[in-house]
Amino acid sequence: MPAQRPSMDWPRIVKQLGESAVRPNLVDYERSCAEFTWDDARGALDGLPGGLGLNIAHEAVDRHASGPRAHHVALRCLGRHGEVRELTYSDLRDATNRFANALEALGVQAGERVFVLTGRLPELPIAVLGALKRGAVVCPLFSAFGPEPIRERLERGDGRVLVTTEVLYRRKVEPLRATLSQLDHVLLVGTGDTATSVPGTIDLATTLSAASPIYEIPATSPEAMALLHFTSGTTGAPKGAVHVHAAVIAHHATGRFALDLHPDDVYWCTADPGWVTGMSYGIISPLTHGVTSIVDEREFDARRWYQTLQDQRVTVWYTSPTAVRMLMKAGREVAKEFDLRALRFVASVGEPLNPEAVAWGAEVLGLPIHDNWWQTETGGIMISNYAAVDIKPGSMGRPLPGVEAAILRRDEKGRVVVRDGEAEESAPGEEGELALRPGWPSMFRGYLHDDERYRACFQAGWYLSGDLASRDADGYFWFVGRGDDMIKSAGHLIGPFEVESALMEHPAVAEAGVIGKPDPVAGEIVKAFVVLRPGNDATDELRLELIGFGRKRLGAAIAPKEIAFADDLPKTRSGKIMRRLLRARELGLPEGDLSTLEVTQ
Amino acid sequence: MNTDEAREVIARILGQIAPEVDLATVAQDGELQQELDLDSMDFLNLVNGILESTGIDIPERDYPQMQSLDGCARYLVAHSSDRAPGPMS
Repeated sequence: MPAQRPSMDWPRIVKQLGESAVRPNLVDYERSCAEFTWDDARGALDGLPGGLGLNIAHEAVDRHASGPRAHHVALRCLGRHGEVRELTYSDLRDATNRFANALEALGVQAGERVFVLTGRLPELPIAVLGALKRGAVVCPLFSAFGPEPIRERLERGDGRVLVTTEVLYRRKVEPLRATLSQLDHVLLVGTGDTATSVPGTIDLATTLSAASPIYEIPATSPEAMALLHFTSGTTGAPKGAVHVHAAVIAHHATGRFALDLHPDDVYWCTADPGWVTGMSYGIISPLTHGVTSIVDEREFDARRWYQTLQDQRVTVWYTSPTAVRMLMKAGREVAKEFDLRALRFVASVGEPLNPEAVAWGAEVLGLPIHDNWWQTETGGIMISNYAAVDIKPGSMGRPLPGVEAAILRRDEKGRVVVRDGEAEESAPGEEGELALRPGWPSMFRGYLHDDERYRACFQAGWYLSGDLASRDADGYFWFVGRGDDMIKSAGHLIGPFEVESALMEHPAVAEAGVIGKPDPVAGEIVKAFVVLRPGNDATDELRLELIGFGRKRLGAAIAPKEIAFADDLPKTRSGKIMRRLLRARELGLPEGDLSTLEVTQ
Repeated sequence: MNTDEAREVIARILGQIAPEVDLATVAQDGELQQELDLDSMDFLNLVNGILESTGIDIPERDYPQMQSLDGCARYLVAHSSDRAPGPMS
C-alpha cells in the first residue's frame, strides 16, 4: 500500500534540553536503552505486602493510598453536564475495596471473567481495579459495539459478571440475555441518584455502599491472568489476548519513558475504555505513577477539548490521530482562543500520525505530537518518540528501552524468510514485517481457548506483529501498512471477517467482501461489497436496509459506512475472497499478481 | 424553512446514515449521538449532508447546538436565511 507511506522528507524536529520546565525521564536514548533491565523496572514497583506477589491494583491504587499521595486526586471525572467528581487515591482504594468485596459476596472466584461495558465513567476504573484486587480477570467491551460483538465476546470470554449502564443494558444486552448461559451477574450503573430496578440485574451503587471498604488483596502471582482484550482477526472469530499482572511493570516503565509521566502531572488519555489503550494508559499506567487523570465522559468536541486542556491544566495528553485530524479540521483559530501553556507533552496512538499532524502540533499547540506504536497483543507501547529525542515526522520512533524490535524480510507469499532457524532481517529502508523479541512483561500470554492462533504469531524466536514497516539508518521505524486485510478506522482495528459474517446473516446476501477505504479523517472507513442472492434487486432501499442491518448487529463503530453491490467477488483458487484486490480496485491501483485468482464467468 | 421542513431534511439525511432508526421513537430532546448510535464519522456525515442539501455550512463551534433532533431543527430554522449560495433541496 505505497499510497499510505509517509514522506520521509519532512524536516527533523530537533529537541533542545532545557526547553522543558520538567526534566524528561528519558534524556539520553542510547544510554537509557543500554542501562535498562526489566528487573530494575520491577524494582520501581512495590509488590504486594509480605511478598505475596504482584497485583496491578495494588501498584495503581493501594501503594499510593497508604503513602504520602493518599489525598492526591487520582481521578477527576467530568460528567455529561459539566459536573465534576473527584476521587483521591484514598477514595479510590475504598471504592475498589468495596467492589472487590461485592464480587466476593457474589461468589466470584479468582480467574473468573468480569466484563465492563460503559463509557468513561468513574465506576469503570472502580470496577476494573476492584475486580483485579479480587483476582478476577477484566475484559473491557467497547460501548459502541452492537449486540452481536458483545454476545460473541461474552461467550468466548466466559463472562460471568458484566458491569454496564442501564441504558446500554436495555439496548444491547437484555435482548440476548437468555442466550448468555455463563453470565450470572449484571451490575448496573444507574442514572442519577435513584437505584436501578431492571429485572435480572443488581444496582451497583447500592451494592457498593453496602460493602465494606476494607479488603486485603490475596496473594497474586505475577503470571496470573489479569486482563483479557479481544481483537479482531482477518479470519475466524475475535481473539481474546490474555495479559497477566506482571504487565503492570511495562505499563509503569512505558508511562515513564514514552509518556514522560511525573507525579505532579495532570494527564488526559482520550482513548475509549473499551480498547486496550483505555485500559493500559487510560487507567493503569497513570495511576501507577500517582498522577491525576482526567476522565471525560463526553465524546469529541473540538472547542470543549481545548477548554478541558485549558481549564484542567492538562500537562500530558495522550490522544489519537483521528482526534488530531478533527482538531486540524476545526481550524487553528479555535485553538488560539485557549491558553494551552500548561501542556508539556502530547502523544498519539492508533494509526500512523501523518507528518502534517506532527507539524500542526508544533505550530498550533506549541508542541510536536509524539507518535507511538503498539498493539493489543503487546499490552504496552513498544516503539515511540520521546520528549527529549528528535522527531522525524511520520516515523513511529524507536523501540522503548527493554524492547528489541526488528524488520524481518518476507518472501513473495508474505511469509518471514527463515534460514537455519534464524529470521532474516531487512536492510535499512527495506520494507518487511515488524517483529519483537518476546520477553517484555506486558506481552500477551495466549489467545483464550485458541492456542493454535497464538503459536502462529511466533516464528524463529520473534513475535510477528502483522504490520509492515521499515527502519532507517538512524534506527527510526516507519509504518508502511498492514500485512493482512485488517482495517484501521479511527484508531480501532476492525476484522473484515466479523463484518462479512454479520452481513451474510441477511437473507438477501450471498457473499460479502469488506475492506478499509482511505478516509482523510478516520484513516479508513469500513466499506462492504455485497453479492446478492438470486431474486433480490440491487436497489437503494436494499442498500439502506443492509446499512441499517449492519449497524443494528455490529454497532456504529464497526458497521460498514458504505455498501456497494457487486456481481461477483474476486477469489483465490481455494475460495478465499481477495480483499486486497477489492481494495486495489476501489483505489484504482494496479491489481498486482493475479496468478492465484479464480476465473469467474 | 419552518420547523417541519427542517425536521424533514434532517430525517432524510439521517435515513441515509442510520436507516434502521425509526425517528418517531426517538426522544426529540435526547442526545442525538446516543439515541441514534452515531459515531463521530456519522455526525460529520450529518453535517455534510445538511450542507449539501440546504447550503447551510455549520461551523465546528456550533456543533454543540446540534446535540438533539430538536437542536438540529432549531438550528436549521434559525440559519436557513443565511445559507451560502449553493444546491437547494
